[in-house]
Amino acid sequence: MVKEISTDAIWELLKAIPDPEIPAVSIVDLGIVRNVEFDDDQFKITITPTYNGCPAFSFMKEEIIRRLELVGIANFKVSTSLAPPWTTDWMSDEVKSKLKEAGIAPPSSKVKCPQCDSNKAEVISEFGSTACKAMYKCLECLEPFHHFKQI
Amino acid sequence: MTKELLYKYVLALGDDALIIGQRLSQWAYKGPFLEEDIALSNISLDMFGRANLFLEYAATLKGDGATADELAFKRNEREFCNHILCEQPNGNFADTMVRQFFLDAFNKLFLQKLIESKDEQLSAIAQKSIKETTYHLRHSSKWIIRLGDGTAESHAKVQSAINNLWMFTDELFESNKIDHEMVKQKIGVDCSLIKVEWDKIIDEVLSEATLSRPENSNMLSGGRAGIHTEHLGHLLSDMQYLQRAYPDAKW
Repeated sequence: MVKEISTDAIWELLKAIPDPEIPAVSIVDLGIVRNVEFDDDQFKITITPTYNGCPAFSFMKEEIIRRLELVGIANFKVSTSLAPPWTTDWMSDEVKSKLKEAGIAPPSSKVKCPQCDSNKAEVISEFGSTACKAMYKCLECLEPFHHFKQI
Repeated sequence: MTKELLYKYVLALGDDALIIGQRLSQWAYKGPFLEEDIALSNISLDMFGRANLFLEYAATLKGDGATADELAFKRNEREFCNHILCEQPNGNFADTMVRQFFLDAFNKLFLQKLIESKDEQLSAIAQKSIKETTYHLRHSSKWIIRLGDGTAESHAKVQSAINNLWMFTDELFESNKIDHEMVKQKIGVDCSLIKVEWDKIIDEVLSEATLSRPENSNMLSGGRAGIHTEHLGHLLSDMQYLQRAYPDAKW
């Protein structure tokens, strides 16, 4: 079979899939899609989970399958890899600023309030509404906010 | 032969994660306050995720079309080989935190060693899980300190939890035939070697929390051989209800 679609086109398709719990960023932005290659007449897409218990992961996999099928691509396989383990270091500066715009402090050892940029913030809870976020409160503007945990 | 032993080894690790995950999930909507309710549910999800990775791997090793769901929902208590500490009831919040603290400290040291496993899949699961466990341990340690060094009542409750659960801690460091063989093949972890460091973590936190460490007496074990306390059967009857009532029901 002739490869009619480029792997770049697949990447573009995947870039349009938002994270179901943090829609401001895509699954490619977050580093969940590790690799796309064309081999043996098949697109091989490798994804990796952020957290073991992330309930959104199976949803993301289904969404990838749905989107590819929607544009008529059938010769693909989505597989999961665990190593190397996902890390927030894979996020680009651009992605970090997207998170900040969405009101989520990007992963950092020095947490800054995404509203007023103050570095005076305290932890409310190390566990937030999703596995990847912790709850903070800004001590200057007093707004509560989420911090994308650095792992 | 090795494959059969590896299957049993991985299954036990999956059972540990599954049973503590189920226990923690029983706190959902019953936490002492909203943030802690969310924290316990989050940790529970992490443990379910980990259980899924181990049990999926175990199912692959077992072959014959076995699945992780089948392993989780279609075995009876004598076939479960989790450490008996994992199945102990939630009790009050101090009971849950002490159980978690003992397990988090153990898991952190265990996973650090499992990363070096010659088995690639086990090493990958360990690399992934250690990040979460480090976080969990920080959370449970802080609670032990806050409760121990808190009010007279919180101190009494957390000390009582430590005294009651202490008898289940020795089992974590025991080795059976499967462990010995897996250690010999550089696949498994020699748990007797991490006991000293576990003691150190426990002693440091208990001392900061102004709590005391009990003497060893009436230490219980048997989980790895399928011999459990009375609590596991009740836990399974709840967790496995759907598959028992409607076999092979699909989501």
